[in-house]
Amino acid sequence: MGKRTPLYDMHVSHGAKMVDFGGWDMPINYGSQIEEHHIVRNDAGMFDVSHMTIVDLTGDKVKDFLRYLLANNVDRLKDSGKALYSCMLTEQGTVIDDLIVYYIDDTFYRMVVNSSTREKDLAWINKQAASFDVTVTVRDELTMIAVQGPNARDKAHLALGSDTAAQVKDTAVFFMTFANDNDMGEIAVARTGYTGEDGYEIMLPKDKAATFWAKLAEQEIVPCGLGARDTLRLEAGMNLYGSDMDESITPLEAALTWTVAWEPADRDFIGRSVLDAQREKGVDKKLVGLVLEDKGVLRDHQKVFVDGLESGEITSGSFSPTVGKAIAFARVSSNIGNTCKVEIRGKQLSATVVKPPFARNGKSCI
Amino acid sequence: MSDIPQELRYTKSHEWIMQNDEGTLTVGITDHAQGLLGDLVFIEVPEEGTTFQEGDDSAVVESVKAASDVFSPVDGEVTAGNEALSDTPEIINSDPYGDGWIYKIKPEDAGAFNSLMDADAYKELVDSEDH
Repeated sequence: MGKRTPLYDMHVSHGAKMVDFGGWDMPINYGSQIEEHHIVRNDAGMFDVSHMTIVDLTGDKVKDFLRYLLANNVDRLKDSGKALYSCMLTEQGTVIDDLIVYYIDDTFYRMVVNSSTREKDLAWINKQAASFDVTVTVRDELTMIAVQGPNARDKAHLALGSDTAAQVKDTAVFFMTFANDNDMGEIAVARTGYTGEDGYEIMLPKDKAATFWAKLAEQEIVPCGLGARDTLRLEAGMNLYGSDMDESITPLEAALTWTVAWEPADRDFIGRSVLDAQREKGVDKKLVGLVLEDKGVLRDHQKVFVDGLESGEITSGSFSPTVGKAIAFARVSSNIGNTCKVEIRGKQLSATVVKPPFARNGKSCI
Repeated sequence: MSDIPQELRYTKSHEWIMQNDEGTLTVGITDHAQGLLGDLVFIEVPEEGTTFQEGDDSAVVESVKAASDVFSPVDGEVTAGNEALSDTPEIINSDPYGDGWIYKIKPEDAGAFNSLMDADAYKELVDSEDH
């Protein structure tokens, strides 16, 4: 038996198919993964993301610490609540994890990191934090529910009730707002997500999670599993740690160059010298999007060929419910052109090389 | 609880087999199998005239989650593939024992059907996997 989130009983009673996900018992779907996918693109779905790790960082030098820890630059965060997506790198410039950091004030930031990387992330953060006198507080008493889709915010406002909704409804895209809720106490509502749709990620006390999940369900926000979450993020062009990048890959090899803040040039962040050199010299491999033009399904680790020569392999592949074709991310030779072949069960099938996203805001981009 | 029609025969790898009047067998995957796979999005159906030995990979069913082989339940030659699956693979989810059939095969041994697992034995197998 794996670890259970506070919503475990809700999932089981709702008919979820539970699977092991990095040591957690999580819902993969509640029936049809494709229906759940379409619901998020067209209406409103919700995800139990309680397995993610919420870390609060506090101290007078926390900003200096994060300028050093992260490849993106927290100096970009001027307004309270603003979020930033970043990689956290090794000295070799490879990715320990990708994360979102929220700026609350000059002495307080909140970070949300992946669950599969939790222990190594915390060890790394604590190690680096020591010389900055930053306090690292893991907020395991909080849980997180993501509500995503074009109608998700409106429905979530109804579930939250007018008092709390009034406190959060003006939250801008990629910002977080704290609110005081009569039932739940302090909650944090972030206008972020992993689907390519509008919505919230709501952090709330663990012991209130099941009741709040039921309230969201009353507003016809449909429970969705990790299966739909994966196809939604893939369509939206969002990387998955452990599949699309890991500690053998730098951001430049994972289509994450945009998350590296090169300026100011004198900002010393962990891994910088390696990335500077790579940027100068160019990378041999890069991450691209593929759309399969023949029938079939792209899967992780299928080989990619150009002119009969192996160019790389698929890092994340699936069928795209929105596009209606198989799509993938593949790490391939940097000089790849507009087309390639993917080997599936011994056959070479034709694929087009594209720049993700494949779909966002309800529509295919292909 | 998955549906297991009494009149069909089954395999350990979750194919179902129906005996047709003209001496062919129709092959598909069971309700239990489609439930495990989830939403099907691509089916590779064998071409007419292909011959298989029992246990050969004879077709591929792919869901959003995973690809899974369909194994030939008998030695024989394919007489028809279900072409509707090319554009509407999801009919295996909605009608696994009807419109979701995958191919028809003429067995070398006309009595092959009767030596396959019956519905009661298959039900026992599914129950044991569920626990």
